[in-house]
Amino acid sequence: MRGNVYVYILVMAGVTYLIRMLPLTLIRGTIKSRFIRSFLYYVPYVTLAVMTFPAILSATSSPWSGLAGFLTAVGLSYKGKGLIFVSLCACAVVFLLELVLV
Amino acid sequence: MNVHCRQWLKGCRDGIPIGLGYLAVSFSFGIMALRSGLTVGQSVLISALNLTSAGQFASLSVISASGSYVELALSQLIINLRYCLMSASLSQKVDRNFPFFHRFLMAFGVTDEIFALSASVNGPLSPFYTYGQMSVAIPGWTLGTLLGAVAGNVLPGRVLSALGVALYAMFCAIIIPPARKSRVLMIVILSSMAASVIFTFAPYLREISSGTRVIILTVALAALAAWLRPVEEEAP
Repeated sequence: MRGNVYVYILVMAGVTYLIRMLPLTLIRGTIKSRFIRSFLYYVPYVTLAVMTFPAILSATSSPWSGLAGFLTAVGLSYKGKGLIFVSLCACAVVFLLELVLV
Repeated sequence: MNVHCRQWLKGCRDGIPIGLGYLAVSFSFGIMALRSGLTVGQSVLISALNLTSAGQFASLSVISASGSYVELALSQLIINLRYCLMSASLSQKVDRNFPFFHRFLMAFGVTDEIFALSASVNGPLSPFYTYGQMSVAIPGWTLGTLLGAVAGNVLPGRVLSALGVALYAMFCAIIIPPARKSRVLMIVILSSMAASVIFTFAPYLREISSGTRVIILTVALAALAAWLRPVEEEAP
């Protein structure tokens, strides 16, 4: 390593913080445009859906256990179960299935 | 107990799956950081100051290859640009009765997971709800890095593998329930996942990094949905 590690760390921390801080502080008022308001309303759903699938299939030791974890999470969420319960159940299903699979 | 304290406690409770998931992910970051030639202290410092998974993993390859500071800054900018959209979305959600300085503090906690929870509350967002999540998530992320760096091999692989789905399962628990009542949201979610599959496996498209993929698809699909099905004024 040539560069100073602490400078590296400060550079990445600075960039990452600015990306997060500028929109939150520069957009002060309520956005009037119906299109932009709708756009921002849909952002979390699209982002989270894109990040979850198919990435969840490679998050575990086997794609099958990942798929089982995904289906468990979707099923329980659809029934309106809470965050912690859904999370722990998905982990448990993956753990149990991998006892057999891996 | 006052309102702020209740919001903070609620944030802590809802943040537990985030903290657990972070513990597992940052554990592997700690292992990899040491392999890249960083010290335990430096690895923990990166996690404490950055609080971002994909960006930190990418930084390791730049740092260990002695990349330039500009290269590091650019890679962080591209990978973490999605936070820009999330912060913009939160700027509309924050309760305006709170003093402005809260936005500077909340900004530090804009991660995929904390954003997801903060954006999902009904009505205006109390900064204290976000602080509660940060109070669980930041120690989880930092502590996981420390554990991974000092004792990479304590947790059995089976447990790490199982913990790997924790965050994704939580994402499902956030986006699926509102979609039960809205056909539009259900279609948005299903088409997002389908598009994500295409971008992950199709030739050429799969060369796009995951951070950029999230930005492209978010901008394109959220704009399309906003154009076809604008939300009414009282929502969100």
